[in-house]
Amino acid sequence: MAETETILEVKAASCRFDVSAPWLSRLASHEPRRVLRAVEDISFTVRRGTTFSIVGESGCGKSTLARMIVGLQRPTEGSLRFADIRRLDGSFGPPRVQMIFQDPYASLNPRWRVGDIIAEPIRELKLRDSEAAVTGRVGDLLEIVGLSRADARRFPHEFSGGQRQRISIARALATEADFLVCDEPTSALDVSVQAQILNLMVRLQAEFGLTYLFISHNLSVVRHMSDHLAIMYLGRFVEAGPADEVFNLPRHPYTRLLLDTIPDVEKPNRERKPMSGEVPSPIAPPSGCAFHPRCASAVERCSQQRPTLRDFGDVQLACDRA
Amino acid sequence: MTAMAVPQSLLSVRDLKVVFDGRHGPLTALDGVSLDIAPGEILGVVGESGAGKSLTGTAVIGLLDPPGRVAGGSIHLNGRRIDNLPAEAMRLVRGKEIGAIFQDPLTSLHPLLRVGDQIVETILAHLSVSRGEARTRALRLLKEVGIPAAETRIDHYPHQFSGGMRQRVVIALALCAEPKLIIADEPTTALDVSIQAQIMSLLKGLCREHGTAIMLVTHDMGVIAETADRVAVMYAGRVVEVGPVRDVTRHPSHPYTAGLMASIPSVHARHRHLNQIDGAMPRLNAIPKGCAFNPRCGSCRDRCRDERPSLGAGLHIAACHFPLRELVHG
Repeated sequence: MAETETILEVKAASCRFDVSAPWLSRLASHEPRRVLRAVEDISFTVRRGTTFSIVGESGCGKSTLARMIVGLQRPTEGSLRFADIRRLDGSFGPPRVQMIFQDPYASLNPRWRVGDIIAEPIRELKLRDSEAAVTGRVGDLLEIVGLSRADARRFPHEFSGGQRQRISIARALATEADFLVCDEPTSALDVSVQAQILNLMVRLQAEFGLTYLFISHNLSVVRHMSDHLAIMYLGRFVEAGPADEVFNLPRHPYTRLLLDTIPDVEKPNRERKPMSGEVPSPIAPPSGCAFHPRCASAVERCSQQRPTLRDFGDVQLACDRA
Repeated sequence: MTAMAVPQSLLSVRDLKVVFDGRHGPLTALDGVSLDIAPGEILGVVGESGAGKSLTGTAVIGLLDPPGRVAGGSIHLNGRRIDNLPAEAMRLVRGKEIGAIFQDPLTSLHPLLRVGDQIVETILAHLSVSRGEARTRALRLLKEVGIPAAETRIDHYPHQFSGGMRQRVVIALALCAEPKLIIADEPTTALDVSIQAQIMSLLKGLCREHGTAIMLVTHDMGVIAETADRVAVMYAGRVVEVGPVRDVTRHPSHPYTAGLMASIPSVHARHRHLNQIDGAMPRLNAIPKGCAFNPRCGSCRDRCRDERPSLGAGLHIAACHFPLRELVHG
C-alpha cells in the first residue's frame, strides 16, 4: 500500500448556517439575515494510512468539518471527494467511512447488548451471510479492541468510559472501515485511560492501514497522533502542514499562542505572560485577519485585508506578518 | 514553597473518612485522607474520576449531601474544628473563611440576579459594611479580575458574559469576603485552552496578592504543575503521594503517580507508544485489600496484598511499601 495514495480531497469547502430570527420578527425589528460561517473555504488532502488532525478551540468549526466529511452535513460550497482505493481483500472502491464520537456514554444505545451494537452494521450492510458468522465476527472485533468475547452479552452501563470507547471503536471497525473520523475521542476520559485508547488506535492503524481524521483541542494528544495537522480559527485554516514541522517551528501567532498556553508538566511553576482576548463570535467575525484583535504583532493592514493561505515549503500559512 | 506541616497550617485534614450509606451497606468513598495547607499556599489535589478529590473539597466546605457523611477524622481551619459545626455556624464559615470556585461558571451564578448584586449580597452577608461600600468593593473586585468596562458590566446578568468572563465573576465572588482559603474544583475544565491559561494566572496572582491559600482540585497534571506549590495525588479515596510539585512530577515515588505521569503525551516529542496503566480504578465496593493500587501495580509483592501502606510524615511522602525512590521522612 503506497503511503502517498490520496484518500480524501477537500476543495474550497464552506458550510454556512442561517441563524436569522423568523422573518416576521426580522421585519418588525428591521434586522438583516444572519449567517454563521462555520467553515470557510477549506482545502486539504488526506493520504491513506496517515493521521490528519484538526486543532482549534470551541466554535472554530472543527466538528462541522467532521460532520461534512462523514456526510452528516452538506457543504454549502466546494466539494469533498473520496478517492477509490484497493483494500486488503482486493476489492476496489470508495473507502468506508465511520465516526467515533466524543462521549461514549451518549453514543451507545443503553438498551442494546454490546453484541447487538457491534453486529448492527454487519447485519445492515450484509457483510456476513449467517448469524453464526456475525457472532464470530463480533467476538473477533471485541478481542481486537482488547475486550473479551463474553462481553457481547453485557450492556453498555456495565463498562467504564474507556471500555465504552473501545466498544465504539469495535463498532466502527465492524464495517471494515478504512477511514475513521474521530471527534475528540479521548477528551471525556482520564489520562491513564486516554493512553490506553491512543495506544489502541495507533496499533489498529498499523494493523489495518486505517486513515484517521483526528479532531481535538488537546495539542499534546495531537502531537502524539498526527502526521499532518491543521490549526483552525473561526472557520478557516490558519496554519497547516506536517506535524513535526508545525510543532517545531510554529509560524502563525495563533499556533504559537496555543502552544504557549498548554500547561506543561515538564516545566513546573513556569511564569507565563497571560494573553488577552477571547474567541470572537463566528456570526460577526472581525474584519481582515480574524485573529488580529488578539494578535501581538498585528499592524493596521491585518484589520483590513484577510491574509490568504500561502505555501512556505511544506507548510501553509495565512499570515502576512510571520 | 513553604511546605512543612502541622504547626502553622491553615487547613488541617486528619484521617478523614466519608461514607455513603446505601442499600447494600456503607460505601467508603474517602478512607483516611490527611492533608495540610499552609497560609497562602496552593495545594493541588490530582486524581482520576472517582478518586475522591472533589469529595475531599466538598467535605472541607461542609457541603456533603446525604447519604454522604463524615464518619471519622477531623478538619481544622485555623486551629478551629469545623467538621462537626452545626449547619448554621458552617454557613458563616463558608464564604467568609472558605471561598469556592466550581467547574461550571454558569451554574454557580444566579441567572436572575445582576452579577454586581450577587457580589454585594455576599459582602453584606459576611462583612459589616454599608451597601454603598459593598458596591464600591464589588466594582474594585471586578476590575481586579480583569472585567473590561466593569462600571457597566456590574449591572449585567450572567448570561451576558462569556465562559471565561463568567469564571472571572465567580473568582470575584469567591474573593469578596476575603477568605483565607479557596477551594477551586476544576476551575478551568469547562474553558478553552487559551482562556484556561488566563484564568489560572489570574487566580494565582490574586491569591498571592491577598495571601489566600488555594486547594486546587483537578484531573489535569499540567495545570497543577504550573500553578501549585505542593501536590497531593489521590487514588480510590486515599492520598497516595504528597510532595512539592517539582519533586512529585520529576521524581514520582508511588508507582501510580509514575504511571500517571508517563501516560501524559508530551508536546515536545513524539513517541509512538504511550506508557499505560492497565485496568481501571476499582469501584468503591470492591477496593482490594492492602494497597488499593496492587492489582494494577508492576512492582506488587505479597506484602502489598495484605498490608495497607501508610503515608507517614515528611516533605515528600508516598503510601507505598516499595517506593520507587528513597524518601526523606521528617
